[in-house]
Amino acid sequence: MKSRIVIILLLSTVVIFWLEAAPARAVESGLPKTGTIGAVAPSTGEAKICTAELRQMSRSGKPPLTAGVNVPRPPKGKGEVCVADTDYMRRFHMDLLAHQRDDTVREGIRTKRFSLKECIACHVVNGPDAQPVTYDNPNHFCRVCHDYTGVKIRCFECHASRPPLGLRSTLPPQGGDAKALARYLKDVEQ
Amino acid sequence: MSGGRPATGARRGGGNATSSRRDFLRGAGAFTVTLAAGVTLMAYGETPAAARQPGEPVTSKQRWGLLIDVSRCGDGCTACVTACAEENGWKQGGNPLTDAQWIRKVTIRNPKNGVTRSAPVMCQHCADPPCVDVCPTGASFKRADGIVLVDKHTCIGCRYCMLACPYKARSFVHEPLQDQKPYAPRGKGTVESCTMCVHRVDTGRIPACVEACSATGNGAMLFGDLNDPGSEISKRVAQYPTSQIRADLGLDPGVRYRNL
Repeated sequence: MKSRIVIILLLSTVVIFWLEAAPARAVESGLPKTGTIGAVAPSTGEAKICTAELRQMSRSGKPPLTAGVNVPRPPKGKGEVCVADTDYMRRFHMDLLAHQRDDTVREGIRTKRFSLKECIACHVVNGPDAQPVTYDNPNHFCRVCHDYTGVKIRCFECHASRPPLGLRSTLPPQGGDAKALARYLKDVEQ
Repeated sequence: MSGGRPATGARRGGGNATSSRRDFLRGAGAFTVTLAAGVTLMAYGETPAAARQPGEPVTSKQRWGLLIDVSRCGDGCTACVTACAEENGWKQGGNPLTDAQWIRKVTIRNPKNGVTRSAPVMCQHCADPPCVDVCPTGASFKRADGIVLVDKHTCIGCRYCMLACPYKARSFVHEPLQDQKPYAPRGKGTVESCTMCVHRVDTGRIPACVEACSATGNGAMLFGDLNDPGSEISKRVAQYPTSQIRADLGLDPGVRYRNL
């Protein structure tokens, strides 16, 4: 009997570890599978419950939990699609960036798909002077959420927080022709 | 000293810096012959420096190096320094005491006969880099292809590497920066040095200094794979006596000088 309990405990530990490591595996396999991740990652599971509760509350006529809170609404990127689903990016963008960063610095792998450079080039927010704003501006794409969550990032102490003059139009503008977009997607997939 | 920055001596330990640098460069000359005999190039069969795909990691099949022909290096020419500053965004003009300096022109003069030589000195990309040995965080590292870099994500700015480097090749960033080059991130509190234009090399281009040098017509700098016996740099290193600065330290720098 005792040994059975021990085995069950061991198995459950293994399963928990497996679930915890799910995002890392998705990054390694290259293609983030949002559906799978959403189903198994515990934190995303909580988020889903939260959304369901909110829906029920709105149906019941009660004010939503977020009423009166300035929920961040990050501006859309210049391209038509992101490198992964929005939900996935929201939760795991830091893993993708850290993974890419080590590959690039240490091993010289310079693929564009999860490159910070490409994020910066696509998620440009223009200031009143029609020039892209830097991280000093609270409207900067990254700051919109990071200010809200109170998460301080140090990326832009070294990295440029806006594309340089010559590279400010690497992506097709929104609503650009499909061929240009297809070319771009092919390019980023390498 | 000519070209480069006259303030270097002042920044790095008073007036002695100039004379000591001269001494150590002169010391290097004595090793020219020994070195030429001692230079060994590892040949990896018949595989030339094949173009790498963007998704593939670097390998030790290559060892990138530079060959600088000092006799062709223009005395007042600083094209390589300017090109490097422009390419990597460390343009001088701020505080001369703290500005970064990835590459500098050093002029050496033999006091006995007055003969002067001028040559660029940058990170020598040693095979056994002392900066990597002393780094407490592993930020200072050597890539598989021999390029010595600083991983600024892990650099804590302790500057041990700057002390360990016998070439004074590294700089510390003292001021907050903005609008860096996207391919050459650099920021306050980290150490940096010549990257052999790693972003260019990874995409099959040559370093900015080499490009600028050949554009002036001097053609004093040559970039290539020291591991590939068929490469131009290997052929020249095999053909002529070349020297490494402070070869006596046994660090085996990837930057070699001719006619020093």
